[in-house]
Amino acid sequence: MIEKDLIIIGGGPSGLCAAKTALEAGISVLIIERNEHFGGQLVKQTHKFFGSKEQYAKTRGYDIAQKLLSDLSDFSNLTMLKGATVVGLYSDNVVTALVENKYIRYHANAIIVATGASEKFLAFENNDLPGIYGAGAIQTLMNLYGVLPGNQVVMVGSGNIGLIVSYQLLQAGVKVKAIIEASTKIGGYKVHASKIARLGVPILTSTTVKKAIGETELKAIEIVSLDENWKEIQGTSKVIEVDTLCISVGLTPMHQFLSMVGAQTKYVQELGGFVPVVNEHHQTSVNSIFVCGDAVGIEEASSAMMEGYLTGLYVTEFLNVKHPGYLKETAYYEKQLSMLRDGPFGTKTRVGLEKLKEGYLHAKS
Amino acid sequence: MLNRNGVPSNEQVLSRFPKSNILVRPKAILECYEDIPCNPCETSCPFGAIIIGPNINTQPKLDIQACTGCGICVTSCPGLAIIVAQIKGHEALFKIPYELLPYPNKGDIWHGINRKGDVICDAKIEQTSLNKKQDHTMLVTVSVPVIHLHEFVTIRSKHE
Amino acid sequence: MRIDKHPILEFPKRHVIFFMFEGKEVSGFEGDTIASALHALDVKIFSYSTINHRPRGFYCAIGNCASCKMIVDGMPNVKTCITPLISGMVVERQTNKGVIK
Repeated sequence: MIEKDLIIIGGGPSGLCAAKTALEAGISVLIIERNEHFGGQLVKQTHKFFGSKEQYAKTRGYDIAQKLLSDLSDFSNLTMLKGATVVGLYSDNVVTALVENKYIRYHANAIIVATGASEKFLAFENNDLPGIYGAGAIQTLMNLYGVLPGNQVVMVGSGNIGLIVSYQLLQAGVKVKAIIEASTKIGGYKVHASKIARLGVPILTSTTVKKAIGETELKAIEIVSLDENWKEIQGTSKVIEVDTLCISVGLTPMHQFLSMVGAQTKYVQELGGFVPVVNEHHQTSVNSIFVCGDAVGIEEASSAMMEGYLTGLYVTEFLNVKHPGYLKETAYYEKQLSMLRDGPFGTKTRVGLEKLKEGYLHAKS
Repeated sequence: MLNRNGVPSNEQVLSRFPKSNILVRPKAILECYEDIPCNPCETSCPFGAIIIGPNINTQPKLDIQACTGCGICVTSCPGLAIIVAQIKGHEALFKIPYELLPYPNKGDIWHGINRKGDVICDAKIEQTSLNKKQDHTMLVTVSVPVIHLHEFVTIRSKHE
Repeated sequence: MRIDKHPILEFPKRHVIFFMFEGKEVSGFEGDTIASALHALDVKIFSYSTINHRPRGFYCAIGNCASCKMIVDGMPNVKTCITPLISGMVVERQTNKGVIK
């Protein structure tokens, strides 16, 4: 059994930021990451980020990943494992993982789950045809492996991911025939939409995909218009020839192994689905287990980073270890997070977090 | 329209343009029409001509007097929402961000495109700049007939 | 098909890796996963569903959905989207729930 003060499951932006503040207090930290690279989804992001200087605004995602990693380079108390998958979480603070196909057991005094999110799927006829991929998959193919996803793409979903990936497809030289959005308006930032519109890509709101067409691979899709009640309007069916359909209909928090330790979860639609119930210190109903980033509510990378720094700090308090700047830094990062959530795009998150708070109070009572 | 297809209305666009007599000098046109948490335009401007303030969700405002039209904000905006415009006689001169291949070259004639993605005129590439600070966002100086001052927004290659 | 030139990213030349797919020798590059190498070869069908024999490809490409599972070096249910391509690998389409030989 390998002993650590803190184990962080997930080496994406949230996990890396949590490691930094935790390490500043002098504790031993282990980060376990299942991919062959650290940085989570940041490594595929070729666009410049929003936010403020503190969240590396105007820096391209892959550069932010490098920056977060280099921030950790000076700490000797840090072990980072990549290509290692956590397979078990136990109530006596044991984490088990497959590391180079060997089963290794770890014990920690605190655990942070920073495992991010997975892509939602959409139900329609023949949605299992090859040629239909999640938006993240398309990004991975293009930006990590340099492989073209297809000749022509239709993007389903006009949230930030759908809009950004459409732009990245155009940058890779792939034709985007249309972005279709079931709701009456575009979900993401309008600047992303304007960028796409001027490149000649039509954005079709109140439209959804009804059926995928093809024998062995996607050849075309049938789209229909929707009324205000999300019901198909008869007679609006259209067939678009396309070999690649990209589904970008949202993310849902990923934290399956929390159920192994009985951590309470609650369905909060605004946060993306089932989320672990946590208090203001990101502590789950299992005292030594904390969660941060998309795993505790779908937001942006900028929020994931701020939450990471905060959770690392909160863990030092839980472990009764002195962090030199605890009060100053928690106040600072809490203010940053509040500012990120202040505008109209933060409303959904604020509502979701209120519901989560009610869930925690209910669980504790 | 902006909410349904990403195309701002004429009123929205005109609200960001100063009076034409001001544009004898190049000025930034800030087409950020939404409150989103973002402020690199403000922090990048060497003349303090873009104001957002402590709440970074606020839409940026331009201090017309302070703006020199240098174009640093154009390649700093993560949303590619800023262009620089200037009137020079019968021509409108723009500095726009560009992140696609193939890159334009000085002297080329490309399509001039409006916010809907339609071709509206010819656009002459006057200058291109791509330095490290711009981080892969090329700054393209392009001239179009001045009649398209409020319509033109980007360029498209004439070769498909 | 591979991306040749990109306005933001650089794709440096990498070593060619040969592997077997459905009995034929094909190639990918160092740094590929099995799935990315196959996709670059225009192979979209990775398996057939066990009951209705429907063609399946990958979906999420980061190891969450398991749609990409194939038989690699005789081992079934390998998530090809997160498995690095290694020289000499034998990759086959899976048509059942996975049988360890």
